[in-house]
Amino acid sequence: MEKRSVFGNRLLPYLLLAPQLAITIVFFYWPASQAVWMSFRIQDAFGIATEFVWFENYTELFKSRAYYEAMWTTVVFSSWVTVLSMGTALLLAVMADKQIRGATAYRTLLIWPYAVAPAIAGVLWLFMFQPSLGMVGRSLRAMGIDWNPLLDGNHAMILVILAATWKQISYNFLFFLAGLQSIPKSLIEAAAIDGARPARRFWTIVFPLLSPTTFFLLVVNVVYVFFDTFGIIDAITKGGPATSTQTLVYKVFSDGRLGGDLGGSAAQSVILMAIVIGLTAIQFRYVERKVTY
Amino acid sequence: MAEVTLKAVRKVYAGNVEAVKGVDIDIPDGGFCVLVGPSGCGKSTLLRMVAGLETISSGEIAIGGRVVNQIEPADRDIAMVFQNYALYPHMSVYDNIAYGLRNRGTPKDEIDRRVQEAARILAIEPFLARRPRQLSGGQRQRVAMGRAIVRKPQVFLFDEPLSNLDAKLRVQMRVEIKKLQRALGVTAIYVTHDQVEAMTLSDKLVVMNGGRVEQVGTPTDVYRRPATKFVATFIGSPPMNIVPGVVAGEGSVSVGGHVMAVDDIRAGLPKGAKVDIGLRPEDLVVEPGATDGHPLIEVDFVEELGATQLFHGTLGGAPIVVQCPTDKVPTTVKRLALSIAPTLIHVFDHETGERIGRTFGSVAA
Amino acid sequence: MVEKRHWFFDTLPHVILCMGVFIVAFPVWLAFVGSTWDAATIANGQMPIYPGPHAAENYYRTLFVGAGRTTGQPVWLMMTNSFVMAITIAVGKIAISIISAYAVVYFRFPFRMAAFWLIFITLMLPVEVRIYPTYEIVAQLNMLDTYSGLAIPLIASATATLLFRQFFMTIPDELVEASKIDGAGPFKFFKDTVLPLSITTIAALFVIQFIYGWNQYLWPLLITTKPTMQTIVIGIKTMLVTQDALTEWQLAMTTAVLAMVPPVLVVLVMQKLFVRGLVETEK
Repeated sequence: MEKRSVFGNRLLPYLLLAPQLAITIVFFYWPASQAVWMSFRIQDAFGIATEFVWFENYTELFKSRAYYEAMWTTVVFSSWVTVLSMGTALLLAVMADKQIRGATAYRTLLIWPYAVAPAIAGVLWLFMFQPSLGMVGRSLRAMGIDWNPLLDGNHAMILVILAATWKQISYNFLFFLAGLQSIPKSLIEAAAIDGARPARRFWTIVFPLLSPTTFFLLVVNVVYVFFDTFGIIDAITKGGPATSTQTLVYKVFSDGRLGGDLGGSAAQSVILMAIVIGLTAIQFRYVERKVTY
Repeated sequence: MAEVTLKAVRKVYAGNVEAVKGVDIDIPDGGFCVLVGPSGCGKSTLLRMVAGLETISSGEIAIGGRVVNQIEPADRDIAMVFQNYALYPHMSVYDNIAYGLRNRGTPKDEIDRRVQEAARILAIEPFLARRPRQLSGGQRQRVAMGRAIVRKPQVFLFDEPLSNLDAKLRVQMRVEIKKLQRALGVTAIYVTHDQVEAMTLSDKLVVMNGGRVEQVGTPTDVYRRPATKFVATFIGSPPMNIVPGVVAGEGSVSVGGHVMAVDDIRAGLPKGAKVDIGLRPEDLVVEPGATDGHPLIEVDFVEELGATQLFHGTLGGAPIVVQCPTDKVPTTVKRLALSIAPTLIHVFDHETGERIGRTFGSVAA
Repeated sequence: MVEKRHWFFDTLPHVILCMGVFIVAFPVWLAFVGSTWDAATIANGQMPIYPGPHAAENYYRTLFVGAGRTTGQPVWLMMTNSFVMAITIAVGKIAISIISAYAVVYFRFPFRMAAFWLIFITLMLPVEVRIYPTYEIVAQLNMLDTYSGLAIPLIASATATLLFRQFFMTIPDELVEASKIDGAGPFKFFKDTVLPLSITTIAALFVIQFIYGWNQYLWPLLITTKPTMQTIVIGIKTMLVTQDALTEWQLAMTTAVLAMVPPVLVVLVMQKLFVRGLVETEK
């Protein structure tokens, strides 16, 4: 799509673009290319000189058990958060889409966690599930469950998943609700006249028509879990206990800062970039073509 | 006020698409020129070139004797009314009308005087404080007109200004535009695809097709003596019937085996030459009861228009429509005998579609 | 639709939605309750479900004194930092994006599409994947521990540019043409027509970007070293001491509540704009 009528000035458009392009180049392209460059180099023990080592950082990475563990953690973490938050959000959106009394009030009450910072969300859930003083944590222990997310890796994972899900429900809810409301009422009415009962209407009409939204959210949620949950993990577990909640992004951070392995950290960054680019590409391809009606 | 002259104007878009293929038009001072044609015929492009919204690939456009090819739209002393009105949605009606004057640094009291005057002429005084979205389609149309007239331009440009209105309002606004243009005496160029608008508004009608001018003339000229088969079928409603025929002799043609006298045909056409015969539905006369010596059509069905009826049928194998006053013949009739005055038969070259006949001279008056 | 429904199916949505609201609200309620009790009650696990009597004391101490045993920075300072950062990011993003989108939409010039793609691709480069090199550059530019270091690297945004571009494409061509005939050039058209028409888009974007800026975590964590430059989201993390016994939970919870109030308030007060901004930035 292009404008039919434009202005003829020659210099002005470049001046208008200059600030954005300057910032983009200095803070996006330059560091991104630095990351690629660094991923081919190793720093010596004193951090003075670096040496070009081709793909050594990458091969090291794919030889290391810790990297596969972080990958697996990321997969488990993102699957659970995506499924739980999208499922809950869809259920709530379908309920709120019914023409019931107080639908707008429910919407208001459900959307605001979007505004809560991930790190704060982490702190809230830690406060609830803290084994010795948290209200829920203590109850679990009282029921005889040896709940301790500070020591037990699985418990830590559950807690991180719950906090990340909680934070994401409102976002998914909003998009599902918008998706539901954009389905023409006449279609539902046609299905009703065709004799489809409400449940059947949902699965044969509503859900398929919602698939662009669903697919879009799927990608957005995976990206969210990859990157935005950093704050949640850092606040609740710092990747621990041991490395049981260390995701790929968290590993980039801790290897680079705490471990001082800038080359390895850069190689991980480059792989993450590739993943994001892949996800975004998929999103554009599918959202544009296949899943739209 | 000024005359507008287009000389060999062409528009070539990127990729060598030629939208306007060399157009010459002279519009006298105070004239109302309508550009009509199907969509994509280049009429809007031509108008936008006059406005300065499109560059001119070659040729020359002059307004009031001044060549404007390189002049900005704002400096061409024109005003334009757009199809979707193009009112600034965030400004009041008053500000919409005043905007162009303010940009030109017109003194405040002068702006106010002119806006009030335009509002009075267009009867939109009660709405001056409102926003465009609070107005009906007809009212918005008037505001768009107001924006044009306060400028006191040399030329009004109209780009299908009535096509977003409903049928009734369209007729009403059409009359108002014509009245207004006459009263102000400003030269106008008006683009439309509606041939009724074109006929009623223009004193100079330009029919365009495929980037070319097919015919220029008064509406009556164009209706009575269409220069090409395209013009013949485009102007007039219901459209002119075109049936195949052959030259039967000096001053006569044969359609479906029936020989008809033709007044207006060039001499010297070889006997048996293939031609296309144009017959306007309203020119065909039904002869009730007659059978011999008249072309007969087989009637398929009848449409009732109230005052008239349209008989659809075939003549010489080609579809044909006859317009007939209601109740002249029963609608159950299977066959109709027709007659037509020799002056009202149009003959076109079968290959080129051009009119065969005298290009001037007496036409049935 | 007219469909005979059992009372159960009329009630069910309310039940489910109430449960949803409960799940969403409960952790925040607990945080609020936590901010109103004293340290001992919380540490002993004796905190009840209703607010206690220590609210005034906790909020006063958090805002103006600081959590004593940890960083000791008063939270109002952190909130100021967060405000400055969030507003700079929001305003900066909107300002540079609206003019670059205007350039891309309303002008034709060599390398127009190249510039557009250069901006567009940054969608795929979240700060997390280029964190250390970006840090290096900010360090080289002497922007560590400054507001500009906190905000500027985050204000280049493809989303805002795309959103404005998308909005500009919906402005009818005829408005530009009418403006040209009315004698308005690119500056006048921008000021008199584009800007007023963009107000809702700008406001919606502001809401989203304010929240984005306020909630930043990893970036400020890296580039602020001075306690006086800490944002509130970072500040709360420093209050959670590894040895749980030392954590002053009542102050942490007070800080958490204070950290949530501004963005949540923005969402609630400007709900319509927020929903619009969110749904549209993602298209």
